[in-house]
Amino acid sequence: MSTPAFAAALVPALVWIPLSLGALSFVLGRAASPWLVLPGLLATAGVVPALLPLAAPGGIAAYHLGGWMPPLGIAWRLDGLSAIMLAITAIVSAGVGIFASSMMNRMDRQSEWFWPLLLLLIAGLNALFLTRDLFNAYVTLEIVSLAAVALVTITGTSAPIVAGMRYLLAALAGSLSYLLAVALLYARYGTLDFDLLATVMQDDPIGMLALALATAGLFIKSALFPLHVWLPPAHGSAPAPVSAMLSALVVKAGFYLLLRLWFEVFAALDSLAAARVLIGLCGAGAVVWGSMLALCQQRLKPLLAYSTVAQLGYLLLLFPLAEVVSAWQGTLILVCAHGTAKAAMFLAAGIILRAYGHDRIIAIGGAARGVPLTTFALGLAGVSLIGLPPSGGFAAKWLLLVAAFESGRWWWSFVPLGGGLLAAGYVFIILARAFEAPSADTGDFAQVPRVAELAALALALVSFMLGFAGNAVAIGLDSAIAEMTRS
Amino acid sequence: MSNDALPPLLILLSSLLPGLIIFFLPEKSVRLRTALNLCGALFKVAVVIVVLQGVYAGLEYSASVPFLPGNDLVLRIDSLALLFVTLSAGLWLVMTVYAVSYLEDSPNRSRFFGFYSLCVSATVGIAMAGDLLTLFVFYELLTIATYPLVVHNGTPEARRAGTVYLAFTIGGGVLLLAGTVWVQTLAVSTNFLEVAGVLEGLGQEHETALRLIFALMVGGFGVKAAVVPLHQWLPRAMVAPAPVSALLHAVAVVKAGAFGIIRVVYDVYGVELSHALGLSDALAVLATATILYGSFQALRQDDLKLRLAYSTVSQVSYILLGIALYSPLASIGGLSHLVHQGLMKITLFLCAGNLGQTLGIHKVSEMNGAGARMPWTMAAFSVAALGMIGLPPFAGFISKWYLGSGAVQSGAGWALVVLLISSLLNAAYFLPILSRVWFRKQTGPWPEEKSFGRFETKAGLLFPPVTTAIATVAVGLFAGTPVSPLSWIRDVVAVEYRL
Repeated sequence: MSTPAFAAALVPALVWIPLSLGALSFVLGRAASPWLVLPGLLATAGVVPALLPLAAPGGIAAYHLGGWMPPLGIAWRLDGLSAIMLAITAIVSAGVGIFASSMMNRMDRQSEWFWPLLLLLIAGLNALFLTRDLFNAYVTLEIVSLAAVALVTITGTSAPIVAGMRYLLAALAGSLSYLLAVALLYARYGTLDFDLLATVMQDDPIGMLALALATAGLFIKSALFPLHVWLPPAHGSAPAPVSAMLSALVVKAGFYLLLRLWFEVFAALDSLAAARVLIGLCGAGAVVWGSMLALCQQRLKPLLAYSTVAQLGYLLLLFPLAEVVSAWQGTLILVCAHGTAKAAMFLAAGIILRAYGHDRIIAIGGAARGVPLTTFALGLAGVSLIGLPPSGGFAAKWLLLVAAFESGRWWWSFVPLGGGLLAAGYVFIILARAFEAPSADTGDFAQVPRVAELAALALALVSFMLGFAGNAVAIGLDSAIAEMTRS
Repeated sequence: MSNDALPPLLILLSSLLPGLIIFFLPEKSVRLRTALNLCGALFKVAVVIVVLQGVYAGLEYSASVPFLPGNDLVLRIDSLALLFVTLSAGLWLVMTVYAVSYLEDSPNRSRFFGFYSLCVSATVGIAMAGDLLTLFVFYELLTIATYPLVVHNGTPEARRAGTVYLAFTIGGGVLLLAGTVWVQTLAVSTNFLEVAGVLEGLGQEHETALRLIFALMVGGFGVKAAVVPLHQWLPRAMVAPAPVSALLHAVAVVKAGAFGIIRVVYDVYGVELSHALGLSDALAVLATATILYGSFQALRQDDLKLRLAYSTVSQVSYILLGIALYSPLASIGGLSHLVHQGLMKITLFLCAGNLGQTLGIHKVSEMNGAGARMPWTMAAFSVAALGMIGLPPFAGFISKWYLGSGAVQSGAGWALVVLLISSLLNAAYFLPILSRVWFRKQTGPWPEEKSFGRFETKAGLLFPPVTTAIATVAVGLFAGTPVSPLSWIRDVVAVEYRL
């Protein structure tokens, strides 16, 4: 078997490995986790580098479930865009897995449910990033949402359960809206395959309605402004590794699907220019509103949650700037840089919570001395979040700015420029305290596993070093962008 | 990788690598940390000496590191870069010796020296940056690396100073970023060392854009260069330890701002274009306002470090005035002040640090009779202060002489008046200190006296300012010789003006 063929055969493994391990760890219960799960997670992560050559131009790998071709069967396909999403999922979930295994080693209720749900979530994400079918996408999106809701409520305490219920209701509303769009399209065109739909799509009111419904549903699922209100309580109250997965990956899943819809399935709709500007404006609103609320928070985790709302806003700038290649590069680097940085920061928040028993920002003075590696991780990830060079966040912002100026729509540049200032504000609210001498109300200090600290630091380092990965992302995206900017 | 790529990378890594290692050293491994610091500093100086000879012999050094799609990080050594690199490499060595003694037994030294090394790495990066993106990257790195030093003491006051510092520098960074991207989309190349004056040759229709870009960039660099009204972070940052003040005022931060403006005027716009658009006139006005404002403020301060801080505000704008006047002679004056002000100001701050560490003196009014107690320190202080006023044969005289001649050459008589007023003000805020120190009797016990063996203070605190004071005299006395900074600067200016 030649190497590309072998790699193509590995594609479905990205879904089967976490899915079967999740089922196994559920059956085996406490005995299994995390010693069974962690190697599986790392193995899944290990599959990704083997797949990367496929993402290079001309290397697209297609896989037909059960050997059935569309429109009867469901196609999965790996292109540059998918590969980047899969890679970042693998990296973040490996970091989160290592963190969780070191922090949850006391065989408690949490760990029994945590691992099966985490693996289900990863399987759902990976399947979503591969699928080429609208209904299959719906199913994977549901798997992701339900696993995420369950993970939020895993501690069984009141605040997360309230937040989780809200999240559940919002996610269901989003699903319903998306499902309506799927039904409309199926009734009209009789197929749900991305590529087939793209070729037959008519520029008519039904198409517009379907797109609007799907977009609204995905806006809810991805907590995109102004439909973000469920996110801060859910991400702010969930356990640290769960918040990390949610902020880094789950909200990006909906965004990913939005890209597929707008730039592939519905690319034929000509009358979308105004709508794209509207989406860009939502992005600007997200940056301003999310950052302002982040600045007002007293505790670390809610601050990070609002920061996610803000950072998702930058992603939406792609819509009005999509004809410029560097906008795509910047957006995808931002997906990765924000994912790793935010995961690192939530893990760091979990460490500080464990070490000091609270995450009140005003009283974490002296954290630099208690947990220096974690402080370092917070700093590195924070630099990337602000978008200071040479971090991944900077690379993303630079490319977005170049796109704004090159397209002649320079006014969009105010969003990343101003957003950077606001982000600097809320990141340094945290860091300034960390450099302070310890104060009396810092609280007692409890030892934290070194491995957990290293996991957070590793993710932060990835985010920081992503600044140098711009060329790799550009090459990986070439084929996907060529296809998507053709319209 | 070719041999030509190695020296710029070595200059960068000789402080970057030790810095990164130092972060992870335990607090108590003093010797290893000091050894790393000193080896890095000495190695950097050695490489710089080799490069100096190479550039003198006509060699060119450049290196590039893959970074963004379509934009590499470009390091390149031209003679202007080398001027700044030599200054910061030399002063870093002095500063390292001083800082090791100054911070003996204080907490968080690994963190301190880690960021300290990062600062110097960022500074040499700024100096060697071959295009605007690279310049921006290192300029922002400098912001990140200096913040922890400003807040090093961990007091609420330090935190507030740090917040003000960040608000100004990050805000400036945003302006600079906008300007940089804009230039990138207008110009064919931003590699200003290959294409001198990358914006020259754009048509009339871009004039407004060019003016706006200039405002953005001068706004961005002006924050660190402490141009009025963007200077407010500088006096507040005085809460930091003395080695940090010296770093801010002489080696790294304000110099980085001034250097950035030099690059913008000479290499992004080119002398001709910035003159033709009237941009250099605007810069001259800004510099004049800053020179006068800083001097007047300095007069009013009783706190020694604050007085020195306002003096910096004023003195750095001499550099800007020099490059803003459309005259080669003024440019020589401005650029030589980049070096001379560095030498003099570092001396003053190190001496101020010595007074604080040894006698607990922080105010001018407490300095009566200090000359008798600490003759070497105060002698060094006096040399630097007289140089600042601009008396011959000290370094400051050379700068002012060329600035004055340049003012005459470009027909800007008002600039001569500004220089005169400013020199009088310099004298008015420095001479009273000298008279207190040397001619008044000690009025009471020193606020907090410590004694350190043989010398008037710790040897590690005493030698650095004495060395830089000697250098202040030397660059003034031997300004006419081919090895002086002045003759190097003449060559730089000849290139920029295409003489």
